[in-house]
Amino acid sequence: MTTGANSENNLPENAATDPSQNLTPSPLSPLLAALQQVNREWITSTSEALGETTVIVPREHIVDVCSHLKTAPEARFDFLADICGADRGVEEEPRFEVNYHLFSTTKHHRLRLKIVLNEEDVHVPTVTGVWRTANWHERETFDLFGIIFDGHPDLRRILLPDDWQGYALRKDFPLRGYEPYSLK
Amino acid sequence: MSSAVNIPPQFEVVDRPLDTQMTISMGPQHPSTHGVLRLELVLDGEMVVKATPDIGYLHTGMEKLFEYKKYQQGIVITDRMDYLNPLGNNLAYVMAVEKLLEIEIPERAQTIRVLTCELQRIASHLVWLGTHALDIGAMTVFFYCFREREKIMNLIEAASGGRLTPSYFRIGGLMMDLPAGFERRVQQFQDGFLKSVDEFHTLLTGNRIFQKRTQGVGYISAEDAIDWGLSGPCLRGSGVDLDIRRANPYTGYEKYDFEVPTESECDVWARYMVRMREMKESHKIVTQALSRLRPGPVKADAPKVVLPDREAMKTHMDALIHHFLIVAEGFDVPAGEVYQPIEASKGELGVYVKSDGGPKPARVHFRGPSFVNLSALPHMSEGCMVADIVAIIGSLDIVLGEIDR
Repeated sequence: MTTGANSENNLPENAATDPSQNLTPSPLSPLLAALQQVNREWITSTSEALGETTVIVPREHIVDVCSHLKTAPEARFDFLADICGADRGVEEEPRFEVNYHLFSTTKHHRLRLKIVLNEEDVHVPTVTGVWRTANWHERETFDLFGIIFDGHPDLRRILLPDDWQGYALRKDFPLRGYEPYSLK
Repeated sequence: MSSAVNIPPQFEVVDRPLDTQMTISMGPQHPSTHGVLRLELVLDGEMVVKATPDIGYLHTGMEKLFEYKKYQQGIVITDRMDYLNPLGNNLAYVMAVEKLLEIEIPERAQTIRVLTCELQRIASHLVWLGTHALDIGAMTVFFYCFREREKIMNLIEAASGGRLTPSYFRIGGLMMDLPAGFERRVQQFQDGFLKSVDEFHTLLTGNRIFQKRTQGVGYISAEDAIDWGLSGPCLRGSGVDLDIRRANPYTGYEKYDFEVPTESECDVWARYMVRMREMKESHKIVTQALSRLRPGPVKADAPKVVLPDREAMKTHMDALIHHFLIVAEGFDVPAGEVYQPIEASKGELGVYVKSDGGPKPARVHFRGPSFVNLSALPHMSEGCMVADIVAIIGSLDIVLGEIDR
């Protein structure tokens, strides 16, 4: 699907071995270095582009990373701005990603956490325990991408009807839905 | 309590006259749910035990549609989300794409963006004020608000040609420069507006009924408001001093002098007062933007992205080629992803754009402030009266077009 030199789509496998090599200077660098001090496995890789910092996090650590970032004095990411899914394309592996956009109401900095998922296993632990606003964002991501948030208190479809078939924002879902219509 | 008269058990007065819970559906066709919002209310008498918003009635698959449209075609879709603040939606989207393209916007275009966006913010707040008052039972305010809003709609129409769907901002600048005499017309509006705000205050602020209906209703503490992701006037009504225009300035907002109003009561009244004060601040910004308007280009110097002037297109071969290519094939946007937040009239409007290098986006996602603010409704409304729900929904200032997308 992608032909350009998109460093984030070609997720470097060796980045996991030494994440510190991937660190580029940014205002958030000390914060991310401190995050790695706590647990080396929390960060798979870091990238800095267009003034935004993206951190790829293994999904089993997402709740720990989020709760740490929410409370750590140098981070204070107390505001979860957004969660959104993305489909990289049917042939891509890993296919799905979940982006968490974090914001600090006191320090005013922003950070993107990213989880990448294979198509066979689309389970992610919920972060509703960290921020309650995650509830609807996760429902929306489940509704449109079929990503399952384990431990979510009320994981139902939110925008589409309950009996809708398929996940509308996946790349293999046709724009006009399945004919004659997508309801059961 | 023992009385000589023997009261039959069915006539005995108990604390809870109805010891049963009743589930009723409020909406989707209910005038005070501001569109097609359905609330599933579990009531105990008139007290709300549980409120569950049910949304999606207006879902039109906009985010899917973006993936099938070229970047510049997407601007038109954004108009239809928050239809009370379309210029804000335009701005967030074009800024996200401009960030991916890394193009600089000329000073005049930036100033006009601020000017028109602040006018739009006032218009959006006027609709909120009118409908909020209408929900609570004050009908007069609605007419006064729409009288003022009409003036702004006329201004936006003069600049862009559209009233509800202006699509005035383009990737790389504006559709076209302001028409002749626009500054004078804005000044005319400006001269009368502060008096109108005072007029609104005389209609509502001192009104005992309005005070009783709003004060102490829909309480949400600052910690809860942040935890629920509230933004905009709803967050500032809980005493949190946060405005994206200040926190992460964009379009040159750091050069403007304005206050960020906050109120600490955390209730419907506080959110009312914040918006009332915000209208005056927006008025202040418009005045400053007017004085900053200098002649200059309104489109960036990026011939592969920005459509050439009509005159150039007719006389220059290369301009004609660029015009043809942009319209027929679009332009390639470098691969990458951005999240661009702006302070829309309702709160943080965030746009996530992911590009795979082609002329169409790989993914566009909107973080609508109404969507997130509405998710906190159960937290605010449980334990209150049914009539208060109407006041709380009004104070959240939701637009279903943006929630359902």
